[in-house]
Amino acid sequence: MRNLKANLLELIRRTSAELPDDVVQTVARYAKQEQEGSNAQYAMNIIVKNIDMAKVKSAPLCQDTGSILFFVRSPKGFDQFAFEKAAADAVAEATAKGYLRQNSVDSVTGKNTGNNLGPGSPSIHFHQHRGTRADVRLILKGGGCENVGAQYSLPDTRINANRDLDGVRKAILDAVLQAQGKGCGPGILGVCIGGDRATGYLHSKEQLLRTMDDVNPNPALAALEKDIVVSANKMGIGPMGFGGASTLLGCKIGALNRLPASYFVSISYMCWAYRRQGFVLNDSGKIVEWLY
Amino acid sequence: MIQLIQPYTEEKIRALKMGDMVHVSGMVYTGRDAVHKFLHEGGKPPVDLTNQMIYHCGPVVIKEKGKWVVKAAGPTTSSREEPYQGHIIEKFNLRAVIGKGGMGAKTLEACKKVGCVYLHAIGGAAQVLAECVTGVEGVYLEEFGSPEAIWAFRVKDFPAVVTMDSHGNSLHAAVLEQSKERLKQLV
Repeated sequence: MRNLKANLLELIRRTSAELPDDVVQTVARYAKQEQEGSNAQYAMNIIVKNIDMAKVKSAPLCQDTGSILFFVRSPKGFDQFAFEKAAADAVAEATAKGYLRQNSVDSVTGKNTGNNLGPGSPSIHFHQHRGTRADVRLILKGGGCENVGAQYSLPDTRINANRDLDGVRKAILDAVLQAQGKGCGPGILGVCIGGDRATGYLHSKEQLLRTMDDVNPNPALAALEKDIVVSANKMGIGPMGFGGASTLLGCKIGALNRLPASYFVSISYMCWAYRRQGFVLNDSGKIVEWLY
Repeated sequence: MIQLIQPYTEEKIRALKMGDMVHVSGMVYTGRDAVHKFLHEGGKPPVDLTNQMIYHCGPVVIKEKGKWVVKAAGPTTSSREEPYQGHIIEKFNLRAVIGKGGMGAKTLEACKKVGCVYLHAIGGAAQVLAECVTGVEGVYLEEFGSPEAIWAFRVKDFPAVVTMDSHGNSLHAAVLEQSKERLKQLV
């Protein structure tokens, strides 16, 4: 795969500086709903301006360039070692160029590695698929929103949630309440019902690869996604927790089978700076399509 | 829009009310987790913080042709500094803490006592806010790592909302109570 490092560097730059169109349009639509002269409108106007400015300046939209999460679906014979090497080189170069902040800290010594490399960074999830092309996607997810993610184990008596979709709904809305403005709302939720504690969170993050307008093929989950957005916005938390109409821009819910003994609801909160991008590489390593 | 221009006097700060939208012009000093822990444990600040503003921010700053250039400078979550902030406000007579997400009762109490406010910047708006930084006048405690160092930023028209004033009012507490009540109607 020729030029893989250069292609990944461009993927990182774009992801850090440019929000995908579906997110930009949703943010703009919500901004119009806020009351004239309110703190919420003030916040939304600055957010809209910031999205434009980052793109023009080709600079990080948010200074917390976040966890670097690659999701790769690759054909048989795809060289994962070469990909890992190219991704690491691209991440280090992106950091030196200021597309990414020095964001990787040794958890034992407290020392910043300075180039975003180290155990767990970047994080790369490989899946093999039939086909000849590789589908490479990247999400940059900041710490503020990651910190307000939550995992519920149902039943949960505190919020009166049982092991059913109504209990799931209560858990998700409670997570929105607890997050208030701390996750840099208006936010987008990726949710997984079921799985174990690890697969649940991973699957919740994979939901964030879906576009804002994508409709869940499962009618029960599609209805729940819709209801969560409407209900959360009735809570009036608003952008940055200032109060207002824009609390949640979207909610995407997936499900994994669970053990009879477990019933987890894993919720990943994504901030309005919803940085995701991706491309498709053909078998000679050329970018043939940008995904968002 | 209220123009809040240095010197940040107690009188100017006490005049601010919850919900006011302000533009700050003057110096702000970044400080986040490592700096707060350091100051709380009695570390001597390398710059005089008296009557100054602390900004919870871990910026992206790189050197271009021997000069610091601020690439991104939005706020970080403030609540992590709640165990330290009240003490630090009182110790240095801080006039404002800039951050995001709001802070708790101890900080609100210190704001009331000293004449300090919490200014909520717009989280994620790193470019709009970096544009407000007109000069980097120094960097201290770089050994904590670039995002954790104290950066002395001169800012102009830096936008923020007063979400905690010096009279005991917190927008965060108000919105939390209101949203809790509304959630009760929804489930």
